[in-house]
Amino acid sequence: MSSELTYAYYPGCSGLSTSLDYERSTRAVCSALGMTLKDIPDWSCCGSTPAHTVDHVLSAALSARNLALAESMGVQSVLTPCPSCLTNLKVAGHRMEKDDFKKEVNALLDHPCANSLTTKSVLQALVQDVGMDKIAERVRKPLKGIKVAPYYGCLMNRPPEVMDFDDPENPVSMDRILQALGADVLDFPLKVECCGGSFGVARKDVVVHLSGKLLGLARDMGADAVVTACPLCQMNLDLRQSQINAHLKETFNLPVFYYTQLAGVALGLDPDHLLLKKLVVKPWKVLHKIQEPEAAAV
Amino acid sequence: MECIRLDSSINSGFIDQVARESEQDPYLCYQCGNCTAGCPNNFVYDIPVHRIMRLLQAGQKETILGSHSIWLCATCESCTTRCPNNIDVARIMDVLRHMARREGYVTEKRVKQFNDSFLHSVQKHGRVFELGTVMRFVARTGRFWTDVELGPKVLARGKMATRAHNIQGKEQVSKIINRFLGDERK
Repeated sequence: MSSELTYAYYPGCSGLSTSLDYERSTRAVCSALGMTLKDIPDWSCCGSTPAHTVDHVLSAALSARNLALAESMGVQSVLTPCPSCLTNLKVAGHRMEKDDFKKEVNALLDHPCANSLTTKSVLQALVQDVGMDKIAERVRKPLKGIKVAPYYGCLMNRPPEVMDFDDPENPVSMDRILQALGADVLDFPLKVECCGGSFGVARKDVVVHLSGKLLGLARDMGADAVVTACPLCQMNLDLRQSQINAHLKETFNLPVFYYTQLAGVALGLDPDHLLLKKLVVKPWKVLHKIQEPEAAAV
Repeated sequence: MECIRLDSSINSGFIDQVARESEQDPYLCYQCGNCTAGCPNNFVYDIPVHRIMRLLQAGQKETILGSHSIWLCATCESCTTRCPNNIDVARIMDVLRHMARREGYVTEKRVKQFNDSFLHSVQKHGRVFELGTVMRFVARTGRFWTDVELGPKVLARGKMATRAHNIQGKEQVSKIINRFLGDERK
């Protein structure tokens, strides 16, 4: 196993619960593509949105505890699938480049963080470290015949100075992966619009309005499914789709996949490892649309 | 539109404090409106974000910290990404929330309560326990119907852990938050 594809892995709290399907399918796809994910031992929560709305040093310290743990693992990079974790870990690293800030953060920690590692998303590692050719080569069951709307959410590539990957207004990394997997990828104009984020519990009206817009456009463009890279986006669009329908008097019935689940399908991985049955809007009809390789070749 | 008398209401200490804590220069804003044009939550704001920036330049502390907008900002970073003068507007909105918290301005109690419930869970377990966070939110706000209709969907699919994942180092995490709170009380 080449050491450059070995990473300290930060799953994020939702990966143990609401986005277990993202978590499992991420591990399955990374393993199939020759990446080694070593879990950060005893990792803790990055604080997500609540922490940085309370204080920036507190938020950075909650992330830095994990970065410090990763520093003892003998790797160059920390990898996370979740855009919210990603932004917290990266912003913490970015701000700790200033000594004063770093000192304040380390004052809250038991073990100081040297801030010596880079953090990237699994998406970034797939595109830059594994590469599109290798992904395309590994496809066993191309996603022929399904039309998908790639939806990145707001945080994956923003702010650009910190995230330093892809385009903040029109990211294409997930589009390229889905194309390499054989899907018909729509040019989805709302790919970085907000879904309402963490307001689902406190202000459902916000999520219903914003996520409803996303589902509406995806449907009107003829998408068979929406594809996400974010646990919160997936939950708002999938689990809350019935609430959106009730509030907006709509009849949306769009499956919302994690891109790693569709990648797993295309790579021919064991469906049980992709946890497709966790999806609230049933994906089976869409998955049956995928043409068999023989039929597609004719 | 309401007129502001700057001679009697400008609070320059407030402007300086926001500038210092956010490491941004609010005076660079020339009111192009890009932030508001791209703001997804403008539809629930009482003051659009470009006007928050203008009120900040005019030192209107009470109006800003008493607004709903600062609690309803989703930190989606659209404003920051699109500002032609490279002002990190989302960071300013964060700092305004920090100040509103410290000084007791809470216009969106449920938003604050959700964030508090989340951090309480992190402090207790080291990782957030989603179900526990929602239950604490419900208990604290009395909103017992919050998402009850999603219960069967979630439970049938085992989509939400029913037990917290306590980590070995949960005391370390708890100490991070306690040290922060200790610093804050000084």
